Amino acid sequence: MAQNTKKLWIEHSLFLAVVLVAGLFLENAYYLQILTFIGINTLLALGLNMLMGYAGQVSLGHAAFYGIGAYTTAILSGTFGISPWLALVAATGAAVFIAFVVGLPTLKLSGYYLGMGTLGFGMIVNILFREWAPVTGGASGFVGIPPLAAGPVNFMSGRAYFFLVWGVVLAAILICRRILASRMGRALRSIHDGENASLAVGVNTHALKLQIFMFSAGLGAVAGFLYAHFVLFISPGSFGFMASVKMVTMVVIGGMASVWGALFGAALLTLLPEVLHGFAEYEMVVFGLILMGVMIFLPQGLTKGFMDLISKRRRRDHSRP
Amino acid sequence: MTIQDHDDSRASGSLLEVRELTKRFGGVVAQDKISFSIEPGIVCGLIGPNGAGKTTLFNMITGIYQPDAGQVLFNGKDTRKMAVHQIVGAGIARTFQHVELFGSMTLLENVLVGMHVRTRAGFWGAVTRLPWVKTEEQEARKKALQLLDFTGLSDWADKPAGDLPVGRQKTAEIARALASDPRLLLLDEPAAGLNAVETEQLGRLIAQVKDRGVTMMLVEHDMSLAMGISDNVIVLDQGKKLAQGTPREIQNNETVMAAYLGQG
Repeated sequence: MAQNTKKLWIEHSLFLAVVLVAGLFLENAYYLQILTFIGINTLLALGLNMLMGYAGQVSLGHAAFYGIGAYTTAILSGTFGISPWLALVAATGAAVFIAFVVGLPTLKLSGYYLGMGTLGFGMIVNILFREWAPVTGGASGFVGIPPLAAGPVNFMSGRAYFFLVWGVVLAAILICRRILASRMGRALRSIHDGENASLAVGVNTHALKLQIFMFSAGLGAVAGFLYAHFVLFISPGSFGFMASVKMVTMVVIGGMASVWGALFGAALLTLLPEVLHGFAEYEMVVFGLILMGVMIFLPQGLTKGFMDLISKRRRRDHSRP
Repeated sequence: MTIQDHDDSRASGSLLEVRELTKRFGGVVAQDKISFSIEPGIVCGLIGPNGAGKTTLFNMITGIYQPDAGQVLFNGKDTRKMAVHQIVGAGIARTFQHVELFGSMTLLENVLVGMHVRTRAGFWGAVTRLPWVKTEEQEARKKALQLLDFTGLSDWADKPAGDLPVGRQKTAEIARALASDPRLLLLDEPAAGLNAVETEQLGRLIAQVKDRGVTMMLVEHDMSLAMGISDNVIVLDQGKKLAQGTPREIQNNETVMAAYLGQG
């Protein structure tokens, strides 16, 4: 137990050190921007990972919550001039409430009903962003999102925004860790290991899945908020079905049921399109191939898969006379 | 819950009362109007050939299956309207025929999940870690460790449950079930896969659990174990109750001999 706590401390300190070094010493604005996007995507993957990796449910419309976060803050702060921080509360609250309404009936049913339900839900929300032009700006997007400021501190510079986003990521990682180490997290992990046994020993699996779906929707909305105030212009294309698939890919590639895996998957899927500039049209093909490869050869995800390979090799070395 | 229900249970004084319980799967009648009652504090053996409906009966008592007709009264309360976790909360726990521990979690964590219905920290508790949450967690751990001590599994507390030898896994399921402070514990073939020494240890553990005041129902194929530790035995055959009585009565029952013991 004590050893575990120590290990977590080291992990988090290391993480903090990397963030600080990157944030303080990187001069290239483009790199800072990419790292900020990785942070935003990590938030999305973290939330979805709790749902997919632990509760065993897939959401194929998670971009909708990301979009609800972005559009709510855009409309409230951009159109109505409300403080973005109040808008953040409204955006998160809206996403959590909508997740409750969508999740309540679909999670009652067993199997992949949440996947189907969220698929349709994601499409409806995207159509709403596209067609409700007077409010959302329609297909051409929403212009005029104010940058963030908190009292004397403003987040206009890339560096400041980098720290804001990664600060939120660190907080989210700590929250996920706390959940996983708690009574709630144990129940969640027990669903992952065996849903029938979990139900039979007294875990209200429906309620728990619903709660974690709401939590992941909330994190998605926070990511959407950060995205909107970073790029200052949003359009429906960023929150469509492909964005949802990309999030699922991040979680699968990074490794389900792994907090650092979410970070790794988000980093990989954010960097790949930058590297594959020339093949923008084939982006989805590349993602699809990666997804297939991981599912076939490393179904535990890249992080866990490599860890297992290493420990297997080490064990083999040990057993040698 | 009606007043009627209450009066019935008071009158009979039984912990569990099963009334004309019927379950069909398609055209097959898995349970046909089964009725019996169990007094508090006893160990009740449930025997019968494979396919007699023993596990189906457990699944109905624990709320996994809904009966097609009849009712289950636990402590005078009709459990039909209750969800599975509410039934556990009311005081019925179980183990499984095929071990269903949470393999990637440590044994201690398995027992802590068993305590789920007796603890209450939720999402906000986990995030804020308020003093009451910490106290609850510490007390839960203390109790879980005591249970592991009681079942002789202390050495395995921090090992993944999936790494335990099969014999220990069976005991671990009992520890996890006891964590919910049950009044009634349903054991589904606890001796299956155990060797003679382990079976004997299991028999002693069941006697100790009984001393703690936990009523038990036990499905068992090991006849010497079932007859040795049961105060009362129910015989099921093809979804029907064939007989109920003390082990001696059952061993001398001609219908049972013909239908069941005679076969094997």
